[in-house]
Amino acid sequence: MNNTKNTEAERLNFMEKLYLPEIAKGLGLTMKYMFKPKFTRQYPEERFEPTGSYRGRPVLVDTTGGERCVACGLCSRVCPALAIEVQASETEREKERYPVKFEINMLRCIFCGFCEEVCPEEAIVMSKEYDIVFTSQEEAILGKEDLLVPEEQLQDRLEYLAEYK
Amino acid sequence: MPEIGWILVEAGVKAVFIVILILSAAAVSVYAERRVSAIIQLRLGPNRVGPFGLLQPIADVFKLFWKEDVVPKAADMGFHRLAPVISLGIAIAVYAVIPFAHYIEIGGTKYYFGIAPNVNIGLLYILAMTSVSVYGITLAGWSSNNKYSLFGGLRSSAQMISYELSMGLSLIGVLMITGTLSLNEIVLQQSGWGWNVFVQPLGFIIFLVSSFAETNRTPFDLPEAEPELVGGFNTEYSGMKFGMFFLAEYANMATASAFIVLVYFGGWQIPFDIGLGAGSIALALVQFAWFLAKVIFFILFFIWVRWTVPRFRYDQLMNLGWKVLLPLAILNIVITGVWIMIFG
Ligand code: SF4
Ligand code: SF4
Repeated sequence: MNNTKNTEAERLNFMEKLYLPEIAKGLGLTMKYMFKPKFTRQYPEERFEPTGSYRGRPVLVDTTGGERCVACGLCSRVCPALAIEVQASETEREKERYPVKFEINMLRCIFCGFCEEVCPEEAIVMSKEYDIVFTSQEEAILGKEDLLVPEEQLQDRLEYLAEYK
Repeated sequence: MPEIGWILVEAGVKAVFIVILILSAAAVSVYAERRVSAIIQLRLGPNRVGPFGLLQPIADVFKLFWKEDVVPKAADMGFHRLAPVISLGIAIAVYAVIPFAHYIEIGGTKYYFGIAPNVNIGLLYILAMTSVSVYGITLAGWSSNNKYSLFGGLRSSAQMISYELSMGLSLIGVLMITGTLSLNEIVLQQSGWGWNVFVQPLGFIIFLVSSFAETNRTPFDLPEAEPELVGGFNTEYSGMKFGMFFLAEYANMATASAFIVLVYFGGWQIPFDIGLGAGSIALALVQFAWFLAKVIFFILFFIWVRWTVPRFRYDQLMNLGWKVLLPLAILNIVITGVWIMIFG
């Protein structure tokens, strides 16, 4: 025969079935929580400082000799969101190829970091920027001038990549 | 001007004050609700608009006004519009009989705090009005032509009918003791610390639980249970029509608190002698403040309970109403009757 005493309601003892004492207990608990310290971070004033492992907006590394990118197009190829467009051209420099046009559509980007992973030159890396704001769709397409970031500012990420990639 | 004219003018002026008071009370309760819920959940809550976020309710109302008012094509236009008006109108109409303080005497005339606090059916009037308010919700659910809304409306009517009974019966205990339906009379009889809650503890608990159900507050907010019914009766409402339901909910909460305070916690009666003459403005103001303080306490209590207790299941709600509260309310009447027979 089935044990009919096995439901949750029947395992409660008399005081618990009265319900009101249990509610009082619950009210006591929430009262205690009212005086606990709060977790809220007051965003624009208190900002979150990411570490090197953070995947923010993808940027191009800008060295003293210009960008590292050789316009191989691998990042554009791997991007699952089809956010990157690269157009190659030739230069007089030692690395013969460079991108005349490099665009990332930030409305498409999903911050997966595949572009960074696939790049043979470590030319595109994920930065720490997370508050990215646009007021129009055109603005959201970042060109080379918006994407190039000096190498020094990306040290944390480059060190992280050197260690874990 | 004839006598009746002056009475109407007096009532009109009071009505304007009371409506302003209720609407601002509703706005402040919305703010309190958000703040209290936040600190219970270890958050901060709205703190950006104005000092401590105090202007948040104004921003909320502005937002509601600017929003597009979407009405479903198949909705019953007339009733769809009427429903929020009923809800809010009735929530405000209840205050006609609530005494906020005793009276001030100017030139031999007594001016009472409240539009008709001495009317001899005050208690009955409030019960009647709160039952009518279910029409607002039921009509909203029905006229939206949406199954979720309809479910919300139906639940609401079932819930109101079930809990109205125990609410009314629990008040009978108080009636047997005080022997009057006039709210001012009931308050006057609770002078000093002779609060009805000490005489009628069981009745008070039944009344408290039922008023949670009557105001559709958690744990009895089944008419708008989001996980099951989208938004319940107000799914198809937007803009200021939704705002009116919202205000009505908070105004009802304030009514329920005021009602509890009047019937069980001595209303505006100050339990000690503070040496101000009866009928003076100062005394009336102190009484008003004392009454308000108690009402605010209960509003906060309503909010506190909401963020503590989870919602009931529908069958649990009905079981509680019919199998627990109703018998207890009848038991309370019997006990009170026996008590009166033996002691007085
Ligand atoms: S960023 Fe890297 S992967 Fe992309 S085109 Fe340039 S070199 Fe190739
Ligand atoms: S992070 Fe991912 S989605 Fe964004 S550009 Fe790189 S590959 Fe594309």
